[in-house]
Formats: sequence, structure tokens, C-alpha cells
Amino acid sequence: MSQTNPVDYIQRTKEQYARLGYDDYRWAEKKESPPWTPIEKPISESNVALVASGGAYTEGQIAFHWEDDTGIRLIPSAEPASDVRVTHFAYDLEPAREDPNIVFPTDRLNELVAEKTIGSLASNAVACMGGIYSTRRAEEELAPLILESISNMPGEPVDLVLLVPV
Amino acid sequence: MGLVARILEKAGFPTICLTAARSITESVNPPRSAFVDMPLGYTAGRPHEPEFQRDLLRQVFKAAESIDTPGSIVDLDVTWSEDASWKDKATSGLNNGVNSVEGDSRQPRINEPQYQYEEDRVAAENFGRNDNAT
Repeated sequence: MSQTNPVDYIQRTKEQYARLGYDDYRWAEKKESPPWTPIEKPISESNVALVASGGAYTEGQIAFHWEDDTGIRLIPSAEPASDVRVTHFAYDLEPAREDPNIVFPTDRLNELVAEKTIGSLASNAVACMGGIYSTRRAEEELAPLILESISNMPGEPVDLVLLVPV
Repeated sequence: MGLVARILEKAGFPTICLTAARSITESVNPPRSAFVDMPLGYTAGRPHEPEFQRDLLRQVFKAAESIDTPGSIVDLDVTWSEDASWKDKATSGLNNGVNSVEGDSRQPRINEPQYQYEEDRVAAENFGRNDNAT
């Protein structure tokens, strides 16, 4: 009988690291209540920006490296996902390379604009690498770059950010 | 991504985090989250199933609109498969329960660009079209 509860990856990683003789990994833990910005507009009228950490890039861009790469790549949202490449050290790339929408769903989001579930898609999607092992570097290097790209999005200002990890 | 969501939200941008790792999201505590009970690497759906993927995203946006308590996680109504045996095997890394890898299931962490295609390297070196590479 398989379990029906969500997989507890923190516990599984702890067990796996112990088996491999590694030190415990310290996950980021935020006990204080999260910051909050109310959603003012109906989502059907909102300009939505995608931020995805599956390591996407497009032809002509320098690919991410695999050791705490805190850079970002801006990919035009209108570009078909079939032109998007992915690179990462810690998830199975094969299915995502067959259909990048499973980690970088710009085709689907464009379809949701067409059916008016969302108002519009911000001109650029923001791609980054997950698996930054330093909370400090994720907060002090990666997050400001993402914030800058969201704040300075060409065209309509961003009303809502959708974050898609792997 | 939860850490990034907290920083965007603090700067005045509402966020919704999709997540396939509920315990990690609980620990990082982003403002709004939507949980999909799917293997890692398939956060936005099964490959080549556009209607499944659209339905998942519609649920994400519905969740975003419904959350009024900071730190809430909405469980989405999506199922990977009738067969939940992937959950017994899944750890993190490449060993997502769909594919099995023994031992440390991550690739070596190489500090050089890792291209999907060799042509991509050539294109990047020729055109230098990386908007924001650091």
C-alpha cells in the first residue's frame, strides 16, 4: 500500500544524507509571518509574471552552471516553450526537455490569457536555478535580481508573480 | 522559491508559489502557496498533456484569489497517477520516484555553463544574447 500523504522531502533528505554519511542539510526556516501584499485586481485582469527555477535558458543565452548559480535569464513570454532549454543538477531533465511546460509553462499561460483566466502575461519570464544551497545567497544575490526584473518589466506593470520551482 | 516570494511580496508584488514539496514550503512559509502532489521535476504537470497542465494552472490562480491568510497552502486537486508507489521511493534530487537512482542522486556541481545542446554553447559564444547573465 503506497502512502497517500505528501512526501516529506525534509525527512527523506535527512535519512538519505545519514545513509551517505553527509552532515544534515539545514533547510531555510521562516517562523515569522510572511510579508503580505493584497491582490487588488481580479486575476482575469492581472498581468502575470512567471518566475521559474528549473534552469531554463534560450538559444543565444549562456546556460546556468551547477554550483550555486544565482543569476537569472529573461526569456520573452511569447517565445514557444519548445525553444526553451533546461539545465539543472538535481532533477530529471529528460521529461522537461521533451516538454519544457512542465517546469516553464509559458505555452499554457499564453493559452490562459486567450481564454481570459488571466489578463495578460508579462513580456518576459524570469528563469533561474533552484538548488542554491546558501539561504543568504538566495536572498542577497538571486532575489534582488528577480525583484529588479519584475519591477522593471517592459510593458505593463506586473500585478501578480507566479513562482514555479522544481 | 519561497524565499524569493517573501522578498517580492515585501516589495509590493503579490505572489503565488506552486510547490510539489509541502514540507519544504511549510518551512520557508511563503505568503500564498498551491501544493501539487506530483513527483519533483513535474511541478506544472505531466509532459505533453496540455489540458492537465491548463487545469493545474487554473487551480493555482483560483487558489491565489482565495487565500486571505498569509502563509496558507491550498492543496490542488491533481493526481499524478492511480499508482502512488512513486511516493515510497522519492527522495530529492534525480530520484523522484519515477526514475530510480542509487546513492546521491544529484549530478556533480560543476561551475561551468551546462548546455542542453552543444550548438547552444556556440550560439551563446557567438551572439552573447544573455540579457542578465551574472
